[in-house]
Amino acid sequence: MNDATEDRKIWMGLLARASAADLADRLGALDRLPQAHDLRAPEIGGVMVRGRIGGTGQPFNLGEMTVTRCSLRLESGEVGHGYVQGRDKTKARNAALVDAMMQTVRAGEIRASVLAPLAEAQAARDTARAAKAAATKAEFFTMVRGEDQ
Amino acid sequence: MYVAVKGGERAIENAHAWLAEERRGDKGVAELSVAQIREQLSLAVNRVMAEGSLYDPDLAALAIKQARGDLIEAIFLVRAYRTTLPRLGASKPVETGEMACDRRISATFKDVPGGQLLGPTFDYTHRLLDFALDAEGEIPEAQSGEPQAAPVPHITGFLNRDGMIEQEPQGDATPPDLTREPMEFPANRALRLQNLTRGDEGFVLGLAYSTQRGYARNHAFVGELRVGTVPVEMEIPELGFAIEIGELRLTECETVNQFKGSKTEPPQFTRGYGLTFGMTERKAISMALVDRALRWRELGEDDLGAAAQDEEFVLAHSDNIQATGFLEHIKLPHYVDFQSELELVRRLRREAQATRQDQQEAAE
Repeated sequence: MNDATEDRKIWMGLLARASAADLADRLGALDRLPQAHDLRAPEIGGVMVRGRIGGTGQPFNLGEMTVTRCSLRLESGEVGHGYVQGRDKTKARNAALVDAMMQTVRAGEIRASVLAPLAEAQAARDTARAAKAAATKAEFFTMVRGEDQ
Repeated sequence: MYVAVKGGERAIENAHAWLAEERRGDKGVAELSVAQIREQLSLAVNRVMAEGSLYDPDLAALAIKQARGDLIEAIFLVRAYRTTLPRLGASKPVETGEMACDRRISATFKDVPGGQLLGPTFDYTHRLLDFALDAEGEIPEAQSGEPQAAPVPHITGFLNRDGMIEQEPQGDATPPDLTREPMEFPANRALRLQNLTRGDEGFVLGLAYSTQRGYARNHAFVGELRVGTVPVEMEIPELGFAIEIGELRLTECETVNQFKGSKTEPPQFTRGYGLTFGMTERKAISMALVDRALRWRELGEDDLGAAAQDEEFVLAHSDNIQATGFLEHIKLPHYVDFQSELELVRRLRREAQATRQDQQEAAE
Protein backbone atom coordinates (compact mmCIF):
# COMPACT_ATOMS: atom_id res chain seq x y z
CA MET A 1 0.00 0.00 0.00
CA ASN A 2 1.53 3.32 -1.03
CA ASP A 3 1.77 6.42 1.16
CA ALA A 4 -1.08 8.27 -0.56
CA THR A 5 -3.43 5.33 0.02
CA GLU A 6 -2.27 4.96 3.61
CA ASP A 7 -2.89 8.68 4.14
CA ARG A 8 -6.40 8.48 2.68
CA LYS A 9 -7.17 5.43 4.80
CA ILE A 10 -6.27 7.42 7.90
CA TRP A 11 -8.44 10.44 7.10
CA MET A 12 -11.42 8.34 6.06
CA GLY A 13 -11.23 6.46 9.36
CA LEU A 14 -10.96 9.72 11.23
CA LEU A 15 -14.06 11.06 9.45
CA ALA A 16 -16.00 7.83 10.15
CA ARG A 17 -15.45 8.20 13.91
CA ALA A 18 -15.74 12.00 14.15
CA SER A 19 -18.69 13.61 15.89
CA ALA A 20 -21.19 14.82 13.27
CA ALA A 21 -21.46 18.22 14.93
CA ASP A 22 -17.67 18.74 15.08
CA LEU A 23 -17.31 17.84 11.42
CA ALA A 24 -20.15 20.16 10.39
CA ASP A 25 -18.67 23.03 12.45
CA ARG A 26 -15.19 22.62 10.95
CA LEU A 27 -16.56 22.49 7.41
CA GLY A 28 -18.88 25.41 8.04
CA ALA A 29 -15.93 27.56 9.13
CA LEU A 30 -14.22 27.14 5.73
CA ASP A 31 -14.34 29.77 2.99
CA ARG A 32 -16.68 28.79 0.13
CA LEU A 33 -17.26 25.05 -0.22
CA PRO A 34 -17.07 23.65 -3.76
CA GLN A 35 -20.17 22.54 -5.66
CA ALA A 36 -20.59 18.78 -5.68
CA HIS A 37 -22.96 16.35 -7.40
CA ASP A 38 -24.09 13.19 -5.69
CA LEU A 39 -22.95 10.00 -7.39
CA ARG A 40 -24.64 8.03 -4.65
CA ALA A 41 -26.98 10.01 -2.41
CA PRO A 42 -26.47 9.31 1.31
CA GLU A 43 -27.72 5.80 2.06
CA ILE A 44 -28.22 4.17 5.49
CA GLY A 45 -27.37 0.50 5.74
CA GLY A 46 -26.02 -2.24 7.96
CA VAL A 47 -22.60 -3.83 8.06
CA MET A 48 -22.14 -7.29 9.53
CA VAL A 49 -19.32 -7.02 12.06
CA ARG A 50 -17.17 -10.11 12.48
CA GLY A 51 -15.12 -11.29 15.42
CA ARG A 52 -12.59 -14.10 15.75
CA ILE A 53 -13.27 -17.32 17.68
CA GLY A 54 -11.16 -17.16 20.85
CA GLY A 55 -10.02 -13.65 19.84
CA THR A 56 -7.42 -15.07 17.45
CA GLY A 57 -9.10 -17.85 15.44
CA GLN A 58 -11.55 -18.14 12.57
CA PRO A 59 -14.17 -15.43 11.89
CA PHE A 60 -17.75 -15.52 13.15
CA ASN A 61 -20.62 -13.05 12.73
CA LEU A 62 -20.96 -10.88 15.82
CA GLY A 63 -23.85 -8.62 14.77
CA GLU A 64 -24.52 -5.59 12.61
CA MET A 65 -23.78 -1.89 12.98
CA THR A 66 -25.43 1.03 11.22
CA VAL A 67 -23.33 2.79 8.58
CA THR A 68 -24.20 5.61 6.19
CA ARG A 69 -22.38 6.02 2.89
CA CYS A 70 -22.27 8.70 0.23
CA SER A 71 -20.28 9.34 -2.95
CA LEU A 72 -20.00 12.64 -4.80
CA ARG A 73 -18.03 14.38 -7.54
CA LEU A 74 -16.71 17.94 -7.36
CA GLU A 75 -17.14 20.21 -10.37
CA SER A 76 -13.38 19.95 -10.79
CA GLY A 77 -13.79 16.16 -11.18
CA GLU A 78 -12.47 14.68 -7.91
CA VAL A 79 -14.60 11.87 -6.47
CA GLY A 80 -15.07 11.60 -2.71
CA HIS A 81 -16.49 8.74 -0.65
CA GLY A 82 -17.82 8.80 2.87
CA TYR A 83 -18.51 5.72 5.03
CA VAL A 84 -19.48 6.78 8.53
CA GLN A 85 -20.82 5.00 11.60
CA GLY A 86 -24.47 5.67 12.44
CA ARG A 87 -27.43 7.06 10.53
CA ASP A 88 -26.49 10.69 9.92
CA LYS A 89 -26.83 11.47 6.20
CA THR A 90 -25.38 14.97 6.55
CA LYS A 91 -22.31 13.54 8.23
CA ALA A 92 -21.82 10.98 5.42
CA ARG A 93 -22.06 13.73 2.78
CA ASN A 94 -19.69 15.98 4.73
CA ALA A 95 -17.20 13.11 5.01
CA ALA A 96 -17.40 12.50 1.23
CA LEU A 97 -16.90 16.24 0.61
CA VAL A 98 -13.77 16.32 2.80
CA ASP A 99 -12.46 13.18 1.08
CA ALA A 100 -12.92 14.85 -2.33
CA MET A 101 -11.41 18.18 -1.24
CA MET A 102 -8.37 16.34 0.14
CA GLN A 103 -7.60 15.39 -3.48
CA THR A 104 -7.56 19.04 -4.61
CA VAL A 105 -5.10 21.92 -4.13
CA ARG A 106 -6.94 22.76 -0.91
CA ALA A 107 -5.66 19.58 0.79
CA GLY A 108 -3.24 21.49 3.04
CA GLU A 109 -5.95 23.86 4.25
CA ILE A 110 -8.41 20.99 4.90
CA ARG A 111 -5.78 19.00 6.75
CA ALA A 112 -4.97 21.92 9.02
CA SER A 113 -8.45 23.23 9.70
CA VAL A 114 -10.63 20.07 9.57
CA LEU A 115 -8.64 16.86 9.96
CA ALA A 116 -6.04 17.98 12.52
CA PRO A 117 -8.58 19.40 15.01
CA LEU A 118 -10.80 16.29 14.63
CA ALA A 119 -7.78 14.03 15.25
CA GLU A 120 -6.82 16.10 18.29
CA ALA A 121 -10.33 15.89 19.74
CA GLN A 122 -10.41 12.11 19.28
CA ALA A 123 -6.93 11.65 20.75
CA ALA A 124 -7.84 13.81 23.76
CA ARG A 125 -11.03 11.81 24.35
CA ASP A 126 -9.18 8.48 24.08
CA THR A 127 -6.34 9.61 26.34
CA ALA A 128 -8.75 10.87 29.01
CA ARG A 129 -10.50 7.50 29.02
CA ALA A 130 -7.23 5.54 29.14
CA ALA A 131 -6.09 7.75 32.03
CA LYS A 132 -9.25 6.97 33.99
CA ALA A 133 -8.73 3.25 33.31
CA ALA A 134 -5.11 3.56 34.49
CA ALA A 135 -6.30 5.04 37.81
CA THR A 136 -8.25 1.79 38.44
CA LYS A 137 -5.20 -0.44 38.06
CA ALA A 138 -5.17 -2.91 40.95
CA GLU A 139 -2.37 -4.86 42.55
CA PHE A 140 -3.60 -8.14 44.02
CA PHE A 141 -1.59 -10.10 46.62
CA THR A 142 -2.20 -13.71 47.59
CA MET A 143 -2.35 -14.27 51.34
CA VAL A 144 -0.87 -17.38 52.94
CA ARG A 145 -3.80 -19.38 54.30
CA GLY A 146 -3.72 -21.38 57.50
CA GLU A 147 -3.96 -24.79 55.84
CA ASP A 148 -0.81 -24.11 53.77
CA GLN A 149 1.47 -23.56 56.77
CA MET B 1 -54.54 -23.30 11.23
CA TYR B 2 -54.77 -19.53 11.35
CA VAL B 3 -58.14 -17.92 10.74
CA ALA B 4 -58.48 -14.15 10.41
CA VAL B 5 -60.84 -12.26 12.67
CA LYS B 6 -62.51 -8.95 11.92
CA GLY B 7 -63.58 -6.07 14.08
CA GLY B 8 -62.26 -4.22 17.09
CA GLU B 9 -60.59 -1.45 15.07
CA ARG B 10 -61.97 1.31 17.25
CA ALA B 11 -60.99 -0.48 20.47
CA ILE B 12 -57.48 -1.14 19.15
CA GLU B 13 -57.03 2.51 18.22
CA ASN B 14 -58.16 3.63 21.64
CA ALA B 15 -55.93 1.05 23.34
CA HIS B 16 -52.89 2.39 21.48
CA ALA B 17 -53.76 5.99 22.33
CA TRP B 18 -54.00 5.02 26.00
CA LEU B 19 -50.68 3.16 25.69
CA ALA B 20 -49.06 6.40 24.48
CA GLU B 21 -50.52 8.27 27.45
CA GLU B 22 -49.39 5.63 29.95
CA ARG B 23 -45.94 5.61 28.38
CA ARG B 24 -45.67 9.33 29.08
CA GLY B 25 -46.82 8.84 32.68
CA ASP B 26 -47.52 11.76 35.01
CA LYS B 27 -47.15 14.96 32.97
CA GLY B 28 -46.02 16.73 36.11
CA VAL B 29 -42.77 14.76 35.80
CA ALA B 30 -40.26 15.83 33.13
CA GLU B 31 -40.22 13.70 29.97
CA LEU B 32 -37.16 11.48 29.35
CA SER B 33 -35.16 12.30 26.24
CA VAL B 34 -33.59 9.62 24.07
CA ALA B 35 -30.17 11.16 24.83
CA GLN B 36 -30.83 10.81 28.59
CA ILE B 37 -31.62 7.12 28.13
CA ARG B 38 -28.54 6.63 25.95
CA GLU B 39 -26.25 8.33 28.47
CA GLN B 40 -27.78 7.37 31.83
CA LEU B 41 -29.27 3.92 31.19
CA SER B 42 -26.33 2.81 29.08
CA LEU B 43 -26.26 -0.79 30.29
CA ALA B 44 -29.89 -1.24 29.23
CA VAL B 45 -28.93 0.31 25.88
CA ASN B 46 -26.03 -2.13 25.62
CA ARG B 47 -28.25 -5.12 26.28
CA VAL B 48 -30.72 -4.00 23.61
CA MET B 49 -27.88 -3.58 21.10
CA ALA B 50 -26.39 -6.99 21.96
CA GLU B 51 -29.65 -8.95 21.72
CA GLY B 52 -31.09 -6.73 18.98
CA SER B 53 -27.87 -7.61 17.15
CA LEU B 54 -27.48 -4.04 15.90
CA TYR B 55 -24.89 -1.62 17.25
CA ASP B 56 -26.54 1.82 17.33
CA PRO B 57 -26.90 3.40 20.80
CA ASP B 58 -29.39 6.09 19.66
CA LEU B 59 -31.72 3.53 18.10
CA ALA B 60 -31.53 1.27 21.14
CA ALA B 61 -32.33 4.22 23.44
CA LEU B 62 -35.31 5.19 21.27
CA ALA B 63 -36.54 1.59 21.36
CA ILE B 64 -36.30 1.52 25.17
CA LYS B 65 -38.36 4.72 25.38
CA GLN B 66 -40.97 3.42 22.94
CA ALA B 67 -41.15 0.07 24.78
CA ARG B 68 -41.67 1.75 28.18
CA GLY B 69 -38.49 0.07 29.41
CA ASP B 70 -39.57 -3.45 28.41
CA LEU B 71 -36.19 -4.57 27.08
CA ILE B 72 -37.44 -7.58 25.12
CA GLU B 73 -40.03 -5.35 23.41
CA ALA B 74 -37.20 -2.88 22.67
CA ILE B 75 -35.05 -5.69 21.23
CA PHE B 76 -38.03 -6.65 19.06
CA LEU B 77 -38.23 -3.08 17.71
CA VAL B 78 -34.51 -3.04 16.93
CA ARG B 79 -34.67 -6.44 15.20
CA ALA B 80 -37.61 -5.25 13.09
CA TYR B 81 -35.70 -2.10 12.08
CA ARG B 82 -32.60 -4.17 11.29
CA THR B 83 -34.47 -6.15 8.65
CA THR B 84 -35.18 -2.92 6.72
CA LEU B 85 -31.48 -2.05 6.33
CA PRO B 86 -29.68 -2.88 3.10
CA ARG B 87 -26.53 -4.90 3.88
CA LEU B 88 -23.55 -2.76 2.80
CA GLY B 89 -21.05 -5.53 3.47
CA ALA B 90 -19.21 -7.42 6.17
CA SER B 91 -16.31 -6.09 8.22
CA LYS B 92 -12.89 -7.62 8.60
CA PRO B 93 -12.78 -9.55 11.90
CA VAL B 94 -12.25 -7.05 14.76
CA GLU B 95 -8.91 -7.52 16.51
CA THR B 96 -9.71 -7.60 20.22
CA GLY B 97 -5.99 -7.80 21.03
CA GLU B 98 -5.83 -4.15 19.86
CA MET B 99 -8.65 -3.09 22.18
CA ALA B 100 -8.35 0.23 24.04
CA CYS B 101 -9.37 -1.27 27.38
CA ASP B 102 -11.60 0.46 29.93
CA ARG B 103 -11.44 -2.71 31.97
CA ARG B 104 -9.27 -5.80 31.83
CA ILE B 105 -9.08 -8.37 34.58
CA SER B 106 -7.87 -11.91 35.03
CA ALA B 107 -9.02 -14.35 37.67
CA THR B 108 -6.13 -16.72 36.87
CA PHE B 109 -3.01 -14.51 36.97
CA LYS B 110 -2.56 -11.66 39.40
CA ASP B 111 0.62 -10.31 37.80
CA VAL B 112 -0.22 -9.94 34.13
CA PRO B 113 1.71 -7.65 31.80
CA GLY B 114 -0.44 -4.56 31.35
CA GLY B 115 -1.95 -5.02 34.80
CA GLN B 116 -5.45 -5.49 36.11
CA LEU B 117 -7.69 -2.55 35.22
CA LEU B 118 -10.92 -2.60 37.19
CA GLY B 119 -12.69 0.02 35.06
CA PRO B 120 -16.15 1.41 35.88
CA THR B 121 -17.37 -1.71 37.68
CA PHE B 122 -20.13 -2.68 40.12
CA ASP B 123 -17.70 -5.26 41.57
CA TYR B 124 -16.66 -4.49 45.17
CA THR B 125 -19.64 -2.15 45.68
CA HIS B 126 -21.72 -3.04 48.72
CA ARG B 127 -25.02 -3.23 46.85
CA LEU B 128 -26.59 -0.81 49.29
CA LEU B 129 -29.12 1.60 47.82
CA ASP B 130 -27.55 5.03 47.40
CA PHE B 131 -30.17 7.58 48.39
CA ALA B 132 -27.84 10.39 47.34
CA LEU B 133 -28.78 9.53 43.73
CA ASP B 134 -32.34 10.53 44.59
CA ALA B 135 -31.15 14.05 45.43
CA GLU B 136 -29.53 16.76 43.37
CA GLY B 137 -25.76 16.62 43.44
CA GLU B 138 -22.58 17.02 41.47
CA ILE B 139 -20.57 13.88 40.67
CA PRO B 140 -16.88 14.35 41.49
CA GLU B 141 -14.52 13.88 38.53
CA ALA B 142 -12.99 10.38 38.41
CA GLN B 143 -9.23 10.15 39.06
CA SER B 144 -6.78 9.92 36.19
CA GLY B 145 -3.55 7.93 36.07
CA GLU B 146 -0.73 7.51 33.60
CA PRO B 147 -2.34 6.06 30.44
CA GLN B 148 -0.78 3.00 28.83
CA ALA B 149 0.66 3.61 25.38
CA ALA B 150 0.50 0.12 23.88
CA PRO B 151 -2.49 -2.25 23.72
CA VAL B 152 -2.43 -4.96 26.37
CA PRO B 153 -1.89 -8.53 25.11
CA HIS B 154 -4.42 -11.35 25.54
CA ILE B 155 -3.64 -13.30 28.71
CA THR B 156 -4.31 -16.69 27.12
CA GLY B 157 -1.39 -15.86 24.80
CA PHE B 158 0.97 -16.45 27.73
CA LEU B 159 -0.41 -19.95 28.27
CA ASN B 160 -0.19 -20.60 24.54
CA ARG B 161 3.59 -20.20 24.63
CA ASP B 162 3.99 -23.23 26.89
CA GLY B 163 1.54 -25.38 24.92
CA MET B 164 -0.57 -25.58 28.07
CA ILE B 165 -3.72 -24.46 26.28
CA GLU B 166 -5.32 -25.53 23.04
CA GLN B 167 -4.66 -23.35 19.99
CA GLU B 168 -7.53 -21.82 18.04
CA PRO B 169 -7.60 -23.15 14.46
CA GLN B 170 -6.61 -20.35 12.07
CA GLY B 171 -8.35 -19.38 8.85
CA ASP B 172 -10.41 -16.78 7.08
CA ALA B 173 -13.33 -18.82 5.76
CA THR B 174 -16.60 -16.86 5.42
CA PRO B 175 -18.67 -17.81 8.49
CA PRO B 176 -22.31 -18.93 8.22
CA ASP B 177 -24.88 -16.19 8.93
CA LEU B 178 -28.09 -17.17 10.71
CA THR B 179 -29.76 -13.92 9.60
CA ARG B 180 -29.44 -15.14 5.99
CA GLU B 181 -29.84 -18.91 6.18
CA PRO B 182 -31.92 -20.81 8.74
CA MET B 183 -30.04 -22.58 11.55
CA GLU B 184 -29.03 -26.13 10.74
CA PHE B 185 -27.82 -28.81 13.10
CA PRO B 186 -25.13 -29.75 13.80
CA ALA B 187 -23.96 -26.12 13.85
CA ASN B 188 -20.27 -25.23 13.67
CA ARG B 189 -18.69 -23.13 16.41
CA ALA B 190 -18.93 -19.89 14.39
CA LEU B 191 -22.70 -20.32 14.03
CA ARG B 192 -23.10 -21.26 17.71
CA LEU B 193 -21.24 -18.10 18.76
CA GLN B 194 -23.41 -15.91 16.50
CA ASN B 195 -26.49 -17.47 18.07
CA LEU B 196 -25.23 -17.07 21.66
CA THR B 197 -24.04 -13.46 21.33
CA ARG B 198 -27.58 -12.36 20.33
CA GLY B 199 -29.27 -14.83 22.66
CA ASP B 200 -31.33 -13.86 25.69
CA GLU B 201 -29.11 -12.91 28.62
CA GLY B 202 -31.31 -14.66 31.17
CA PHE B 203 -31.47 -17.88 29.17
CA VAL B 204 -27.71 -18.00 28.52
CA LEU B 205 -26.99 -17.07 32.16
CA GLY B 206 -29.26 -19.88 33.41
CA LEU B 207 -27.55 -22.47 31.22
CA ALA B 208 -24.08 -21.24 32.21
CA TYR B 209 -25.09 -21.46 35.88
CA SER B 210 -26.35 -25.00 35.35
CA THR B 211 -22.85 -26.04 34.21
CA GLN B 212 -21.37 -24.51 37.37
CA ARG B 213 -23.83 -26.43 39.52
CA GLY B 214 -22.80 -29.75 37.99
CA TYR B 215 -24.81 -30.32 34.82
CA ALA B 216 -21.83 -30.93 32.49
CA ARG B 217 -19.44 -29.10 34.79
CA ASN B 218 -16.43 -27.75 32.91
CA HIS B 219 -14.40 -26.00 35.65
CA ALA B 220 -14.21 -22.56 34.07
CA PHE B 221 -11.82 -19.84 35.20
CA VAL B 222 -12.10 -16.36 33.75
CA GLY B 223 -8.69 -16.21 32.08
CA GLU B 224 -9.48 -12.70 30.95
CA LEU B 225 -12.38 -10.31 30.81
CA ARG B 226 -11.92 -7.08 28.88
CA VAL B 227 -14.19 -4.19 27.97
CA GLY B 228 -13.15 -1.43 25.61
CA THR B 229 -13.24 -0.07 22.10
CA VAL B 230 -12.00 -1.61 18.88
CA PRO B 231 -11.95 -0.08 15.39
CA VAL B 232 -14.03 -1.76 12.67
CA GLU B 233 -12.49 -2.06 9.20
CA MET B 234 -14.23 -2.95 5.97
CA GLU B 235 -13.00 -3.42 2.39
CA ILE B 236 -14.55 -0.75 0.18
CA PRO B 237 -14.91 -2.03 -3.41
CA GLU B 238 -14.93 1.44 -4.99
CA LEU B 239 -11.66 2.27 -3.21
CA GLY B 240 -9.90 -1.07 -3.52
CA PHE B 241 -8.68 -1.01 0.08
CA ALA B 242 -10.05 -1.28 3.63
CA ILE B 243 -10.92 1.72 5.80
CA GLU B 244 -12.15 2.13 9.34
CA ILE B 245 -15.90 2.67 9.32
CA GLY B 246 -16.28 3.26 13.06
CA GLU B 247 -15.49 1.87 16.47
CA LEU B 248 -17.43 -0.34 18.86
CA ARG B 249 -17.33 -0.90 22.59
CA LEU B 250 -17.23 -4.66 23.17
CA THR B 251 -16.92 -7.11 26.06
CA GLU B 252 -14.74 -10.17 25.63
CA CYS B 253 -14.44 -13.13 27.98
CA GLU B 254 -11.96 -15.95 27.57
CA THR B 255 -12.37 -18.85 29.92
CA VAL B 256 -9.65 -21.35 30.69
CA ASN B 257 -11.09 -24.74 31.48
CA GLN B 258 -9.55 -27.71 33.21
CA PHE B 259 -9.36 -30.70 30.87
CA LYS B 260 -7.95 -34.09 31.79
CA GLY B 261 -7.60 -35.16 28.19
CA SER B 262 -9.85 -37.45 26.18
CA LYS B 263 -9.70 -40.22 23.62
CA THR B 264 -8.45 -37.68 21.06
CA GLU B 265 -6.88 -34.76 22.99
CA PRO B 266 -3.92 -34.51 25.45
CA PRO B 267 -4.40 -33.06 28.97
CA GLN B 268 -4.29 -29.28 28.56
CA PHE B 269 -6.41 -26.26 29.23
CA THR B 270 -9.31 -25.72 26.84
CA ARG B 271 -11.15 -22.53 26.03
CA GLY B 272 -14.59 -21.01 26.02
CA TYR B 273 -15.24 -17.71 24.29
CA GLY B 274 -17.67 -14.85 24.73
CA LEU B 275 -17.80 -11.61 22.73
CA THR B 276 -20.71 -9.19 23.00
CA PHE B 277 -21.71 -5.66 21.98
CA GLY B 278 -21.37 -2.99 24.65
CA MET B 279 -20.46 -3.43 28.29
CA THR B 280 -22.38 -6.66 28.86
CA GLU B 281 -20.05 -8.77 30.94
CA ARG B 282 -22.56 -11.08 32.62
CA LYS B 283 -23.63 -12.08 29.13
CA ALA B 284 -20.06 -12.47 27.81
CA ILE B 285 -19.05 -14.74 30.72
CA SER B 286 -22.25 -16.79 30.34
CA MET B 287 -21.64 -17.11 26.61
CA ALA B 288 -18.10 -18.42 27.20
CA LEU B 289 -19.32 -21.09 29.64
CA VAL B 290 -22.08 -22.27 27.29
CA ASP B 291 -19.69 -22.19 24.31
CA ARG B 292 -17.34 -24.48 26.23
CA ALA B 293 -20.16 -26.86 27.24
CA LEU B 294 -21.30 -27.14 23.61
CA ARG B 295 -17.79 -28.15 22.51
CA TRP B 296 -17.99 -31.62 24.17
CA ARG B 297 -18.15 -33.46 20.86
CA GLU B 298 -15.08 -31.86 19.23
CA LEU B 299 -13.04 -32.36 22.43
CA GLY B 300 -14.04 -36.02 22.69
CA GLU B 301 -15.87 -35.57 26.02
CA ASP B 302 -18.87 -37.63 27.10
CA ASP B 303 -22.42 -36.54 26.47
CA LEU B 304 -23.74 -36.29 30.01
CA GLY B 305 -27.24 -35.49 28.83
CA ALA B 306 -27.05 -31.98 30.30
CA ALA B 307 -29.15 -29.18 28.82
CA ALA B 308 -26.09 -26.98 28.18
CA GLN B 309 -24.53 -29.75 26.04
CA ASP B 310 -27.63 -30.14 23.88
CA GLU B 311 -26.88 -27.95 20.88
CA GLU B 312 -30.36 -28.04 19.42
CA PHE B 313 -31.99 -27.33 22.78
CA VAL B 314 -29.67 -24.37 23.44
CA LEU B 315 -29.59 -22.79 20.01
CA ALA B 316 -33.26 -23.28 19.18
CA HIS B 317 -34.43 -21.63 22.43
CA SER B 318 -31.90 -18.84 23.04
CA ASP B 319 -33.56 -16.20 20.88
CA ASN B 320 -35.95 -14.15 23.00
CA ILE B 321 -37.72 -12.63 19.98
CA GLN B 322 -38.57 -16.03 18.48
CA ALA B 323 -39.53 -17.24 21.94
CA THR B 324 -41.71 -14.30 22.87
CA GLY B 325 -43.28 -14.21 19.41
CA PHE B 326 -44.44 -17.79 19.71
CA LEU B 327 -45.33 -17.53 23.38
CA GLU B 328 -47.28 -14.29 23.16
CA HIS B 329 -49.21 -15.22 20.04
CA ILE B 330 -51.32 -17.60 22.11
CA LYS B 331 -53.05 -14.62 23.74
CA LEU B 332 -54.30 -13.35 20.36
CA PRO B 333 -57.70 -14.45 19.06
CA HIS B 334 -57.85 -18.22 18.52
CA TYR B 335 -61.66 -18.37 18.53
CA VAL B 336 -62.01 -20.69 15.54
CA ASP B 337 -59.24 -23.03 16.74
CA PHE B 338 -60.84 -23.08 20.15
CA GLN B 339 -64.33 -23.66 18.70
CA SER B 340 -63.11 -26.83 17.00
CA GLU B 341 -61.39 -27.97 20.23
CA LEU B 342 -64.67 -27.39 22.04
CA GLU B 343 -66.54 -29.48 19.46
CA LEU B 344 -63.96 -32.25 19.80
CA VAL B 345 -64.11 -32.38 23.59
CA ARG B 346 -67.95 -32.41 23.50
CA ARG B 347 -67.93 -35.30 21.02
CA LEU B 348 -65.39 -37.30 23.11
CA ARG B 349 -67.51 -36.74 26.21
CA ARG B 350 -70.66 -37.93 24.39
CA GLU B 351 -68.80 -41.03 23.17
CA ALA B 352 -67.37 -41.78 26.60
CA GLN B 353 -70.79 -41.44 28.14
CA ALA B 354 -72.35 -43.73 25.52
CA THR B 355 -69.63 -46.36 26.14
CA ARG B 356 -70.25 -46.20 29.90
CA GLN B 357 -74.01 -46.66 29.36
CA ASP B 358 -73.40 -49.65 27.05
CA GLN B 359 -71.13 -51.29 29.65
CA GLN B 360 -73.68 -50.65 32.40
CA GLU B 361 -76.48 -52.14 30.35
CA ALA B 362 -74.32 -55.17 29.51
CA ALA B 363 -73.48 -55.66 33.20
CA GLU B 364 -77.16 -55.53 34.21
